[in-house]
Amino acid sequence: MRKVIGLVLLIVVVAFVVYGVVALIHPFGYPSQSDMDDYIIDNAQNQTGSNNVVASVVFDYRGLDTLGEATILFTAVTGVLLLLRTLKHEEDRS
Amino acid sequence: MLSKIVRTVANQLMLFILIFGLYVIAHGHLTPGGGFQGGAVVVSGVVMLLVAFNAGELKKSLRERFLSIMESTGGLVFVVLAFAGLGTVFFYNFLVGSPIFGDIPIPGPNPGNLWTGGFIPLMNFAVGLKVVAGLSAVVLALALFTSGEEMEE
Repeated sequence: MRKVIGLVLLIVVVAFVVYGVVALIHPFGYPSQSDMDDYIIDNAQNQTGSNNVVASVVFDYRGLDTLGEATILFTAVTGVLLLLRTLKHEEDRS
Repeated sequence: MLSKIVRTVANQLMLFILIFGLYVIAHGHLTPGGGFQGGAVVVSGVVMLLVAFNAGELKKSLRERFLSIMESTGGLVFVVLAFAGLGTVFFYNFLVGSPIFGDIPIPGPNPGNLWTGGFIPLMNFAVGLKVVAGLSAVVLALALFTSGEEMEE
């Protein structure tokens, strides 16, 4: 009985998600809000002097996100190094 | 440690991988790529050396202290460049129009000039340094952990 209910729930959820993806998404190439995109595409070369608009967005317009990304990398490296080097010290101490 | 043929080929290939990674980092503001991608390319070369030689051999040339200083330098340069434009706004590109990386390209499609982009090339170099040091340290630590050794100071 629980398996049947679970299956029905699964089908309902999947149908809802597929409906959302297929029917509610806007057509390709026509975003509903494109003011920001147009502004960046028009002005990125003059304002940042960079041919690569993606680079100018990543490092200039949205630089704070890249700072967060670098922090995530730093934290991950710190965590891995901390985790993998404590083992031997513990053995030495005992 | 693999055979001498593999080790020699890995040694020769490492130069080209380094050049390609540096190219991807340095042209981050002109072509697809940038600091993260170029750093990952360089680290793939480090992984190749790790496969060809063993981890204990590689840790003699890649000290943990050196990698740590490299990563900290990259992060510091990034944050200092971000704060340097604080007169206008955080992450303001204050180097556009200045003598350093200050040329402004012709709007629209153009052949590309390396001396453009303001602080974006410097940011790319900082992030590339950070990614190279961080990922090499992680890969080396994992390889040393599986072989039962530990990183040297």
